[in-house]
Amino acid sequence: MMSKLIAATSTFEGPAIQWFKISPILALLGGALLLILVGSLTPQWKRGWYATASVVTATTAAVLTGVLWNQMSDDKSSTLVGGAISFDHFSLFATFAICVAVVLVSLVANDYLVREGEDGPEVYGLMLTAAIGGVVMASANDLLVLFLGLETLSLSFYLLTASNRRRMQSGEAGLKYFILGGFASAFFLYGVALLFGASGTTNLQSMATVFSTEVNISGSNGLLLAGIALMLVGFAFKVSLVPFHVWTPDVYQGAPTPVTALMGSVGKVAAFSALIRVFMIALPSRIDDWRPAILVLALLTLVVGSLLAVVQTDVKRMLAYSSISHAGFILVGLEAAAHIGHADSHLGISSAMGYLFIYSILVIGTFAVVSVVAGAGDAATSLDAFKGLGKKRPVLALGMTVLLLAQAGVPLTSGFVAKFGIIRAAVSVESYALAVAAMLAAVIAAFLYLRIMVSMWLSDPADDAPVVVSKSVGLAITLAVVATLLIGILPGLLLGVSQTIGF
Amino acid sequence: MFASAEMTTASFPILTMLVLMPLLGAVLVSLLNKNHGEWVKLTALVSSIATGAMSVWMLIKFPTGAAGFEFVSKHSWVSEWGISWHLGVDGISLFMVVLTGVLFPLVIVGIDPHHDHKSYLAWMLLLEAGVMGSFLSLDLFLFFVFFEIVLVPMYFLIGGWGYEKRVYAATKFFLYTMAGSAFMLVGIVATAFLARRDTGVLTFDLVEIAEKANFATGTGRWLFAAFMIAFAVKVPLFPLHTWLPDAHTQAPTGGSVILAGVLLKMGTYGMLRFGVYLFPQAAIWAKPVLLTLAVIGILYGAIAATMQKDLKRLVAYSSVAHLGFIVLGTFALTTQAITGGVMQMVNHGVSTGALFLLVGMIYERRHTRQIAELGGIQAVAPIFAGFFMIVMLSSIGLPGLNGFVGEFLVLIGSFPTARWWVVVATVGVILAALYLLWAYQRVFHGEPNDDNKSFPEITLREGLLLSVFVAAIVFAGVYPKPMLDRIEPSVKALIEHVEASK
Repeated sequence: MMSKLIAATSTFEGPAIQWFKISPILALLGGALLLILVGSLTPQWKRGWYATASVVTATTAAVLTGVLWNQMSDDKSSTLVGGAISFDHFSLFATFAICVAVVLVSLVANDYLVREGEDGPEVYGLMLTAAIGGVVMASANDLLVLFLGLETLSLSFYLLTASNRRRMQSGEAGLKYFILGGFASAFFLYGVALLFGASGTTNLQSMATVFSTEVNISGSNGLLLAGIALMLVGFAFKVSLVPFHVWTPDVYQGAPTPVTALMGSVGKVAAFSALIRVFMIALPSRIDDWRPAILVLALLTLVVGSLLAVVQTDVKRMLAYSSISHAGFILVGLEAAAHIGHADSHLGISSAMGYLFIYSILVIGTFAVVSVVAGAGDAATSLDAFKGLGKKRPVLALGMTVLLLAQAGVPLTSGFVAKFGIIRAAVSVESYALAVAAMLAAVIAAFLYLRIMVSMWLSDPADDAPVVVSKSVGLAITLAVVATLLIGILPGLLLGVSQTIGF
Repeated sequence: MFASAEMTTASFPILTMLVLMPLLGAVLVSLLNKNHGEWVKLTALVSSIATGAMSVWMLIKFPTGAAGFEFVSKHSWVSEWGISWHLGVDGISLFMVVLTGVLFPLVIVGIDPHHDHKSYLAWMLLLEAGVMGSFLSLDLFLFFVFFEIVLVPMYFLIGGWGYEKRVYAATKFFLYTMAGSAFMLVGIVATAFLARRDTGVLTFDLVEIAEKANFATGTGRWLFAAFMIAFAVKVPLFPLHTWLPDAHTQAPTGGSVILAGVLLKMGTYGMLRFGVYLFPQAAIWAKPVLLTLAVIGILYGAIAATMQKDLKRLVAYSSVAHLGFIVLGTFALTTQAITGGVMQMVNHGVSTGALFLLVGMIYERRHTRQIAELGGIQAVAPIFAGFFMIVMLSSIGLPGLNGFVGEFLVLIGSFPTARWWVVVATVGVILAALYLLWAYQRVFHGEPNDDNKSFPEITLREGLLLSVFVAAIVFAGVYPKPMLDRIEPSVKALIEHVEASK
């Protein structure tokens, strides 16, 4: 008996793994292990070295992604690790966006941690594990693998949110996020289970085949619809769509500002990529069931996000609501992509991914400025703290202005390119009303960015507290602003890459 | 006719330079140290004068009688999206470009913002680049970029250098215009996609789309409406005008002059270039509505102006009325009326610009704009009063001055196609005389009280500045032929384009 069992296990063959094709994940994993294991066993490193390790890791992963991208153009998309992970332009683009975000956030975090006297390896290690989770989510070809990625990302985020031990708000936000995030994960997993029940598989392609060939399996249609709904709720929570957004302002406000930047960038890219992939690959045959839901969520998210953003008085909360409104824009891209059969529906996916990339740079740049202005203890995040920034730190204020104008979608900034792409996708499939609604929501949201600009430029400083810009955060802001203007003036730089994305 | 003009690509990319020169100035100014105030001013001056000189040179070189686009410059910009850097000038945009080129250096030389010159000048030059680009763009996307980018410098100019309620006015201006543009952006993208059927490839090129595309009746109307909302806010057309009095009243003098002089014309110009030219059938269909709104604007603006206590607000409302005339001329859709409308765009820019300048000078001296607090200024500052009188008469439309030519052409040209609207609009001419003369009487006549007794006479610098405006007013009034000769061929081609679409 025993020998039989041993024989069975010894003949077990793992799937063939093309190691180089998952090298970005391996690079991130290596960096994370280095920081967590070596970093915690060795005495405190010199200032900035933890951040450097994180930056080098993420840069390496980004470069590897670029190399893989160039190889991609020859062969078609494929799956790796026994069909668990997909390898296509879509996943590589998301991976690249996540790596870029980690580089920028590490620079911001360095400034923050040194200032708070908490420099150490844990935060960077967790940022890298979050990135791994994000990459897995964005490339998962199997719902269970996706769930693994989701949990890796979420658990890292809960810890990061609560990582500032000296601030009560940080712990409070971490707990809130943990409890609500747990619910969302449960919803998601329940949805996965029901979909498995309806199809007998968790692999996205097999699922698509099952649903498209067996049009109406008796009795399992209810399972399928409930599964879609529950999974959508889980996703909606993760990307904070109205009405599943209530945690966002509290967590964004309470979390240490660099962590907020990470949630706004890596979190959004990962969750949206997964959402788009699951719905477009596994469920295209049920488009008439879920597209209306996406449409309603998009409208609600755009309008409510923009309206609530305007009435806030805390900049971090404002930007939290503005991130909700941006999520609505990305959803418009998905709605456009869901017009399957229309000649231009492919524009939806590429524009949504372009939007995610651009937005994640913008949001990191913006929160970097917030982090600098907030000063010691991450305390001064009210709108008043920005008063007179134009007089105190004109260059910093100018950078912030560029980032805010980009978020408002003013031409010659990357934000306009992003919005234009989405509007173009929506119009190409004749979703005119949704396109107009999205633009009008952008106008409402513009009021919020104007409020911050008014504070910076048109008010006198409330106090003469100095605003210190360290080298690393200065570099992060500069990179973000340069990217914003460069993509804005020469959109071809990004479009040449993002246009090829699709399934 | 329009399409053939691409052959005349000039060797020197003058139109590109017209956009880039002020932009370069803006960048240089913002890089200079603000402690070197003289250098900052000199840089701003040189770049704006160079732009002005180039625009005048272009005017001289512009072939009289040409109807198509001249000095065309076309380069690929975002090839993935079918967007090109396509600039060109024809009779309709020619004088707006020249007005922009000349007005900016005058404002930069003549009006002192009092504080923070460096940022003020940088924003001014950026604004000039945006306005120039709007008048020159022959690509829908490019036009939108310039049309929208103009908001940013104007927002900061009103918000940073304006009067008491400047932040409110600047925000209102920004959001109103942006809301209008929201519709236009969707309209632009939809136009490009729907025109793809006829043009073969996805392109945002205005000429390409206008000449080849053939929109279904209903589609064309929707698209036309999307564009019109943006332009109606910008003009502004009743009932979307409420941002204008606030913006004008709160803006610094330089901002008001530019706003009245060229910025509002982006709306009326857009109506011609992107409304009538792209969607001629829809323009004919929408004619009654737009003419009615224009006439309501004329009367409403005039009546509201009559009741204002604030001199600057009065001039602002008079703008609403004057722009109503331009819209009336535009949608009467006759060669004469549109020619008059185009000329009136320039005339309004010159005379209302000058009026805002004069009101600004009054405020500098007396620190009030309330008509009731002024009075008897003619007795103490007769030359100042004389300048005000000439500019005001031009605004009223006195024969022999520029306002008359444009207004008369609009009315007489519109009469055959829009008789009853003209009849009502003529009342507006009379009302204009009423509110302006009445205001003049209250401000300049009578005995000056103690505050007004010390009203300083015009300085040499102010006098020279105003002389430029007055010279333009008189010249265009007495001898409008050179102007009309250059405007008319393009307008004629446009009308033929409209007729052909019927």
